[in-house]
Amino acid sequence: MSLKPESKANLERLCAKFRQDLIKLLHGIQTGHPGGSLSSAEILTTLYFEKLNVDAKKPKDANRDRFVLGKGHAAPMLYMILAEKGFFPQDDLVTLRQLDSKLQGHPCALKTCGVELSTGPLGLGLSAGLGMAMAARLDGLDYRTIVLMGDGELQEGIVWEAAMSAAKFKADNLLVIVDNNGVQLDGTLQEIMPMGDIAAKWRAFGWHVIDIDGHRVDEISTAVDQAKTIKGQPTVIIAKTVKGKGVSFMEGQSAWHGKPISKDDYEQAMKELEVTL
Amino acid sequence: MSAAKRAIRDVYGDTLAQLGRENENIVALDADVGSSSKSIVFGKEFPNRYFNVGIAEANMVAMAAGLATAGKIPFANTFAAFMVLRAGDPVRSLIAYTKLNVKLAGTYAGLSDSYDGASHHAIADIAFMRSLPNMTVISISDPVEAELATRAAAEFKGPLYLRLSRAEVPVVLDKASYDFKIGKGVTLVDGADLTIVATGYMLIKALEAAELLSAKGIKARVVNIHTIKPIDRELLIACAKETGAIVTAEEHNVYGGLGSAVAEVLSTSCPVPIEFVGIEDVFAESGDYEKLLAKYGLSAANIVARAQKVLKRK
Repeated sequence: MSLKPESKANLERLCAKFRQDLIKLLHGIQTGHPGGSLSSAEILTTLYFEKLNVDAKKPKDANRDRFVLGKGHAAPMLYMILAEKGFFPQDDLVTLRQLDSKLQGHPCALKTCGVELSTGPLGLGLSAGLGMAMAARLDGLDYRTIVLMGDGELQEGIVWEAAMSAAKFKADNLLVIVDNNGVQLDGTLQEIMPMGDIAAKWRAFGWHVIDIDGHRVDEISTAVDQAKTIKGQPTVIIAKTVKGKGVSFMEGQSAWHGKPISKDDYEQAMKELEVTL
Repeated sequence: MSAAKRAIRDVYGDTLAQLGRENENIVALDADVGSSSKSIVFGKEFPNRYFNVGIAEANMVAMAAGLATAGKIPFANTFAAFMVLRAGDPVRSLIAYTKLNVKLAGTYAGLSDSYDGASHHAIADIAFMRSLPNMTVISISDPVEAELATRAAAEFKGPLYLRLSRAEVPVVLDKASYDFKIGKGVTLVDGADLTIVATGYMLIKALEAAELLSAKGIKARVVNIHTIKPIDRELLIACAKETGAIVTAEEHNVYGGLGSAVAEVLSTSCPVPIEFVGIEDVFAESGDYEKLLAKYGLSAANIVARAQKVLKRK
């Protein structure tokens, strides 16, 4: 089912707002990862506001969908969305990365309502997501497990251990979305560790692959629905994105993986983002 | 002391399967060593609740973490060396960090996989596991304890490491009277001259040593510390006060294991002379298990020698 025009407009408005709020927040605290948060804005927003069966009033409901942020460094974007969904007060956001905060630098399932799995060390999210998917099968529940991974994260060997396993166990209730922004901490993937044909790799491991533009909410929505119809094998959506999307001087720049935002950069970024809102 | 012997791993495998019959939330995972760890017994009876992930220990443990978030009680099985070294990241980052209810069963601990050599010996697992916040560490001595500890692990809520031997071990504990409680040490032989604090298979060596010492007129107390973390501080302090000298005995590097844990307690609460029996910070080698233990000082004779030494320091 394609996205209704009003839903599409709403998601795009939310993404623009989250981008602004993110820059404001990370400028304020002078720490955190802007690049990978900006590239996953549309994916996370579409999932939380159109697709995932999650309810802040019943955060431990047995049949809730499970979302795992494999690329844990995109935590700031996830936190803004969880706050917007009511998992915790908006006022908590400014405490991010500070002492006594429930919002850790990387997601912590014990401290933050709505976070399903503690992540940060890359590559663990997919294996754990597979465990969640297998638990659903054992319990006869129809919830889905969705894992958002970075493309640099795919360099971790455990990812391919998990990919093999998910195919063996025919985990068709497991969906991976790769935020394919092409940039990692030290440079581009091409420079640091070329990944070749990512889609071909997943196919070779027994996965159904869907390629989309990861900044188009309608494509994300359609692909997530389509994945549900694939039976007997897991699905991966490879979402082509731009690291730092929305802020011209951050786009495609590895330097903005995790760098404090200066006053001048902040003002420039906000000017650009106001146009899109 | 009964002469009957049973392999710890067989008892573990049978107990795990029995637990599976009693509780459908128990699931098991293995990384292609099910025939060695004996998780295969569970796997054959409950194929839908058994996940053999192939030779991929980190993936196995991270999967176990995911299963635990949804209320399952996963037992993850591999060699102790690989549980720590290959799966150390998910053990720390998922299970310990978030207090997930996963049981990490490390088999072939210490030198018990003797012929496979130092690559397969596990002499650093206790050190790693007990340095992780939220982790409970249990080391199994004999077949009776293997059953009771595995059962207790299933009932316990939280991250737990179960250290298992490959070896056939004589039954030294009396199943009818032995009271296994996580976190509680057990005094098996009373004595006032010194205390031998042992864990795992070294408990059997400690009991032999106590007999040898008794023949020399030295009355050694023998305490089994099956739970290395949280360690039974009260019992250790009482032993230090009442006997005034301690010898620790473990199938692990002397750095970071039981001996270190005992010294951490006593140095701050009741300092008495301590001697450490364990691997002396070396890689061992292939060979017959008992001969290997003897060569590397993990013997009743060495416990006796250390006991005599510690008594001179009293």
